[in-house]
Amino acid sequence: MHNPQLNANGELQHLLTIEGLPKAVIINILDTASSFVSLSDREVKKVPLMRGKSVFNLFFENSTRTRTTFEIACKRLSADVINLNINASSASKGESLLDTIDNLSAMHADMFVVRHGQSGAPYLIAKHLIDTKQSHVHVVNAGDGRHAHPTQGLLDMYTIRHYKKDFSNLTVAIVGDILHSRVARSDIHALTTLGVPEVRAIAPRTLLPGGLEQMGVRVFTDMNAGLKDVDVIIMLRLQNERMSGALLPSAQEFFKSYGLTPERLALAKPDAIVMHPGPMNRGVEIDSAVADGGQAVILPQVTFGIAVRMAVMSILASKPA
Amino acid sequence: MKLHITNGHLIDPANGIDAPHDLYISEGKIAGVDAAPSGFSAERTIDATGLTVIPGLVDLSARLREPGYEYKATLESEMQAALQGGVTSLVCPPDTDPVLDEPGLVEMLKYRAEKLNQAHVYPLGALTVGLKGRALTEMAELTEAGCIGFSQADAPIFDTIVLLRAMQYAQTFGFTVWLRPQDPHLALGGIAHSGPMASRLGLPGVPVMAETIALHTIFELVRHTGARVHLCRISSAAGLDLIRTAKKEGLPVTCDVGAHHVHLTDMDIGFFDANARLVPPLRAQRDRDAICQALADGTIDAICSDHTPVDDDEKLMPFGEASPGATGLELLLSLALKWAGPLTQAIAKVTSDPARVLGLQCGRLDVGRVADLCIIDTNARWTVNAAALASQGKHTPFLGYELSGQVRTTIVAGHVAYTRAMARLTP
Repeated sequence: MHNPQLNANGELQHLLTIEGLPKAVIINILDTASSFVSLSDREVKKVPLMRGKSVFNLFFENSTRTRTTFEIACKRLSADVINLNINASSASKGESLLDTIDNLSAMHADMFVVRHGQSGAPYLIAKHLIDTKQSHVHVVNAGDGRHAHPTQGLLDMYTIRHYKKDFSNLTVAIVGDILHSRVARSDIHALTTLGVPEVRAIAPRTLLPGGLEQMGVRVFTDMNAGLKDVDVIIMLRLQNERMSGALLPSAQEFFKSYGLTPERLALAKPDAIVMHPGPMNRGVEIDSAVADGGQAVILPQVTFGIAVRMAVMSILASKPA
Repeated sequence: MKLHITNGHLIDPANGIDAPHDLYISEGKIAGVDAAPSGFSAERTIDATGLTVIPGLVDLSARLREPGYEYKATLESEMQAALQGGVTSLVCPPDTDPVLDEPGLVEMLKYRAEKLNQAHVYPLGALTVGLKGRALTEMAELTEAGCIGFSQADAPIFDTIVLLRAMQYAQTFGFTVWLRPQDPHLALGGIAHSGPMASRLGLPGVPVMAETIALHTIFELVRHTGARVHLCRISSAAGLDLIRTAKKEGLPVTCDVGAHHVHLTDMDIGFFDANARLVPPLRAQRDRDAICQALADGTIDAICSDHTPVDDDEKLMPFGEASPGATGLELLLSLALKWAGPLTQAIAKVTSDPARVLGLQCGRLDVGRVADLCIIDTNARWTVNAAALASQGKHTPFLGYELSGQVRTTIVAGHVAYTRAMARLTP
């Protein structure tokens, strides 16, 4: 089966998922990102790598952080960036997704950064670009349904590497709503590819998808047992609509069993770092004392996110058609 | 028209025939097998050298999309597809627009189909008004209009009391209830088999227990009502185990499987291929293996095409938004032959066995029966692509596959309804 994110030479043509990416490709993205991190400290925060290229930020789902960091990344690479917030309901009434893509392609887009509520939507776009012989146009998945959020996964890896240097001796715990989380899936694929020996998922049974073990994950339902001696804790956002009903009885009860408090954090290694893809629900999945504490690296994640997105886009843009 | 089919190899599973036999047809009926009836003089002779003569295929589920969805397919296009696929009798589910819940609609469909003088069409009437799962339809009237049974298609019945009443009422008149076993609550929002593949792709799942819990409910209702039930599109190993036990117990149930599910698994979704979005979802390897086993041991009575034409606009969408279903009439024969079982048994699963489920006289070639048959080349290889298909539905997970087995001639009620144009070798 043809993997649409790699070109005929096995190079990255689109970034759709971390699953199946060679380790060397991930390392190359992280290395490229580190060369961009220092850029923020310069007076002129720009490089001309994508001058004259048009990037369309195509967001079918709301986002502030991801869209903004992609926009900043584009600007620092000197690309022209066009932001489109397409309300999913108006799109469903009128133009189809592929019609939208064709129209924007006719405006000479060089890259689409796509967020969509449906798992796999960026694949449909990538396949359509191949079918319509527009393979010079690149697609970056900025989050699709429950499937993948590869740039978040990569920026998480960048953050872990920054603080822990080496992946080969780490224990990483991902806590919370794994079932609905594209971030969790991308993190799991990235961590296992980079050789992290133990990846843990901690959640109540209602928020755990089946088959996690086949993805190389050790499943815990007891938060205290799961956090024991971990090096990295990745907390996931619990969305409001999950907090009452058949998945969870209440936000309070979730916090009591799975909220990250200073007492629970003490079970991890003393130098453990705490990550969160944001936006945080203080008092639901994470205690403010932890979120604002010395072990939290949540704001550096955001900063590194810009460099990682610059790296992904510049690498894709450098690929010949 | 007196027709003589000569030099062919006849396979007629219901009569245990698998031998070189000529066939003689007169006045729309089989007049002689192997030996010509006395005084028979053929007006036309078809040479079937190197070919196999089999009963016309009987398809337990083919959506013709009329009335209401003519943009997806028309009766003309789909009836042509049936002939090209060797299908001479087909059952169409009631999920048209409007749904087949009134005698007038059924009569109109029957009339339109009969005028085309192609395959025999047997509509299923809606089990409940508008398929809404609340009020019963006029089953006796609908039967008079031509319905062969009653079905909810893929629409749920949330209220078990309605299902109980529907089965009691159907049993009163001896009608068959066609049900696709799926618990509507457990399946709600699901689009792929619950398992590692769906977890990886981030697709909401339909658990196997949606099928098994529904089967437990149906069997309990069958025990209580004595209604005859045909179970449609079984998808799981666990479901088949329950059916095997129910049949041993002597419950009046039969079952079919969609041809796709005999060969494909959830892995075939690959990179979100919407052509593999089917109802019920493609399941795991062990489920597929159990389906093949259940075909061999008779737990599954028939293979149907589950023909569902979907147009580009509704398929070229993200996996979760794409309309489910695939074209199938023209693939049914090849997919039945692709099953690893013996050839006669494979042919039985698409001819005599589904005819038995329907209680019809078709699907076999005894002297005196209606001459519905086709002449096939079991060795011919063809590639599935849009151009090869007469159906208006061009979407199938088998796109690009090379399959074996092709229909050369289809004969309906003694007249040659379809002959495949073959490239001629110039001498």
